[in-house]
Amino acid sequence: MMKPAFLLAAVLALFGCATTGSQSASNSTAAQERDTVSAFDPDPFPSTYRPYPGRPTVIQGATIYDGEGGRIDNGMVYFADGRIQAVAQTLEVPAGATVVDGTGLWVTPGIIDIHSHLGNYPTPSVAAHQDGNEITGNNTANVWTEHSVWPQDPGFSRALANGGVTTLNILPGSANLFGGRSVTLRNVPARTMQAMKFPDAPYGLKMACGENPKRVYGGRNQTPGSRMANIAVARQAWIDAQRYQRQWENYRENGGTPPARNLRHETLAGVMAGEILVHNHCYRADEMAIMMDMAEEFGYSISTFQHAVEAYKIPDLLRENGVCSAMWADWWGFKMEAYDTVNENIPMVHNGGACAIVHSDDENQIQRLNQEAAKALADGRRAGIDISDAEAWQWLSINPARALGIDDQTGSLVNGKRADLVLWNGDPFSVYTRPQMVWIDGALLYDMNNPELRPISDFELGQPSEGSVR
Amino acid sequence: MKKLLALACAAFMALPAAAQTLAITGGTVVIGDGSEPIPGGTVVVRNGRVVAAGSNVSIPAGAQTVDATGQWVTPGIVGGFTRLGLVEVSAVSETNDVSAAESEFSAGLDVVPAINPLAASIAVNRAGGITRAVVAPGTSGAIFGGQGAIIDLGADMDAIMRPRAFQFVELGERGAARAGGSRSASFATFRNALDQAQLYARNPAGYGGRSADSLLNRVDAAALVPVVQGTVPLIVHVEQARDILNVIALREDYPRLRLILVGVSEGWTVASQLAAANVPVIASALNDLPAEFEQLAATQSNIGRMRAAGVQVAIGMIDDRDAHQIRYSTQYAGNLVALGRVPGATGLSWGEAFAAISSWPAEIMGLGNEIGSLRPGRRADVVIWDGDPLELSSNVDVVLIDGVQQPLTSRQTRLRDRYLSIDERELPQAYEW
Repeated sequence: MMKPAFLLAAVLALFGCATTGSQSASNSTAAQERDTVSAFDPDPFPSTYRPYPGRPTVIQGATIYDGEGGRIDNGMVYFADGRIQAVAQTLEVPAGATVVDGTGLWVTPGIIDIHSHLGNYPTPSVAAHQDGNEITGNNTANVWTEHSVWPQDPGFSRALANGGVTTLNILPGSANLFGGRSVTLRNVPARTMQAMKFPDAPYGLKMACGENPKRVYGGRNQTPGSRMANIAVARQAWIDAQRYQRQWENYRENGGTPPARNLRHETLAGVMAGEILVHNHCYRADEMAIMMDMAEEFGYSISTFQHAVEAYKIPDLLRENGVCSAMWADWWGFKMEAYDTVNENIPMVHNGGACAIVHSDDENQIQRLNQEAAKALADGRRAGIDISDAEAWQWLSINPARALGIDDQTGSLVNGKRADLVLWNGDPFSVYTRPQMVWIDGALLYDMNNPELRPISDFELGQPSEGSVR
Repeated sequence: MKKLLALACAAFMALPAAAQTLAITGGTVVIGDGSEPIPGGTVVVRNGRVVAAGSNVSIPAGAQTVDATGQWVTPGIVGGFTRLGLVEVSAVSETNDVSAAESEFSAGLDVVPAINPLAASIAVNRAGGITRAVVAPGTSGAIFGGQGAIIDLGADMDAIMRPRAFQFVELGERGAARAGGSRSASFATFRNALDQAQLYARNPAGYGGRSADSLLNRVDAAALVPVVQGTVPLIVHVEQARDILNVIALREDYPRLRLILVGVSEGWTVASQLAAANVPVIASALNDLPAEFEQLAATQSNIGRMRAAGVQVAIGMIDDRDAHQIRYSTQYAGNLVALGRVPGATGLSWGEAFAAISSWPAEIMGLGNEIGSLRPGRRADVVIWDGDPLELSSNVDVVLIDGVQQPLTSRQTRLRDRYLSIDERELPQAYEW
């Protein structure tokens, strides 16, 4: 299991940068530990992401939403060494720290989009770029969407500069019952997917219920052609994966010949072991209930229902099962299972005590997730659901961080967490506001007032678009 | 539950009948002509028309007054380019009348019988302050989509304001695909169709166009006569700079064409030519990605830069949830205001941004004297908002169309009300309506 360490050394040599080291070292140790019990490399495409250099920085005079519901007016944030060092009403400015005047401005944690196809459905959206759906079988739990991600997708920089998005979850598509593994990325320009990969973030599994799988396979006279077959085929897959899981347990306990590896079963077994998080594309309330029963039957958990258009009908079930709902503010009408949208879905789920997340699934709306949250918030208030702005920011950062299993690292402005922050040039729930500065791991990667701090992907270089983004 | 109903009722002000004189006082008044908002203004409406709007407006004797202090009063939003009313559920083909892949006809198609005034999308967008919309057919089997209409979003069966208001054609990548695979083909098809229409106009009885392999059948030829003669505008969807210039050049051979371009993501790169040719544009507001190779220069500054160059421009929803989400218009306009604070970007002033979703699309469609502003004599399409209409936190309190107060409920608000509380109850939710 030398590979990760070797790769890391190679990358460091290439860039000639100093290393913090600890993160990567613990990576390879963990991998070695897993290696001895699993007889194979569980992390064959390891993250090579390293934070870019930042300066110790204090933002002062700003309104702060900490991402967990807290708000400090005219407060201060100090970050250094890539981590949040302090958040308070007043702080002593450390010697040498860069001071950013945030008077009249807002500071929030970076936005986390839990449902994106940047990289696997990049622009230009030509057929050669359609890499988000492996529409060749109802169960493609064996595919990992990270192998589709094109780091040169111009959408990444738009999400950074216009949307303040610092972390994204790239999901494979919903044509299949099991679409494959998702990957969590840092929103930094990079030459390789591995250089964007969020270190130690758990994998996710994309599952789908409803119209998509039955339309795709039913249309080919294959199973599933109906909602009942959606469940039947999925249950059989879990049963098969359970057998596979037992074979490996037996091998680990008793030795002998290791079972033949099966990438499909491996992913599903990882879900049942609690190591891989389920992101379940599901619109309708009745279907979400069925999916939760199926999870119960096979002893796994669902992290989120993605696109949960009807979550407002079952906030009690979602709360009891501890499942998050990732939602649009108001999309509707594009398919039958999206017909029952209400503008108040997100606040109604939140108000019902369940976990609410604003997601995009869209290369345009990912640039305005703060605005999507603001619309939902306003509609909720109109309906008598009073949620403060600071509380609503949870939909954009800590809730998606929890659902991705990275909330110990990011998602709120808490000491020791990664310094992923957005300084907004006004109230971040106003239509008139844009990100002014965006930091990822304490590195300033976008500054509205500095045209040189705006990345342009390889694809755009020398194209008319190069001039359009400056 | 009860609390919410009370709230909804409060928002539904008891306004007088359309024929009476109504004065809306105290609100921030937006004329919609590009000027900035007027605090503490008055809007007077009579017989379904605007009598006066602004500051120092005297209230006619006998007028019923509505106090809009703390609210904003604006013209209704005009959807600059939409497929509103043509679709119930996009993926349920039976309910989707946008295009007709297997029809014998193209330019001759007319959206009028396809528009459903009771479509859920009409009610949803009405509650978002949309009162009028440009409704275009889509294309599938040919470059021409057919004849579009201007509609109102009133809660009645009488939606059509102007039928056969324009012809719609695709001449970019999509047009190339429809015509057989290249721009050479789509432009040849286009020129042939207009030439055939001229032949038809000279002698309708002698025109062929009856056989299956005819280059343009009689129905399509007849529909293109007013286009080539310039009495009906031609809306052309293009995105790329070369297509924009190619379309402008068509007027060398067809000088009477009343061109309107939609989409136009790369318009800013040829803005001076657009302005010089006096060709108006209904553009997508926020597209800033190279979504296709014909949109490599897409930028959110597109509309602002075209406007600055003197192009007549408005916001449209082409390819952007054009059947269901016309209510995004205000958000899009607000974003163009926000751009003004980003160095290097070009946006619109607040007044211009609002005009881009009210009077400017109306003027581009030749209806500026009827709709889109609160200038005297215009139809009384008036919206009262509880705050800045471009701001995300604002909601609509009152909508008038032709002076008639409109309901703001939809199946979405009914579903919300049914599920606002899900406590144990004596009967299932289905009994709550």
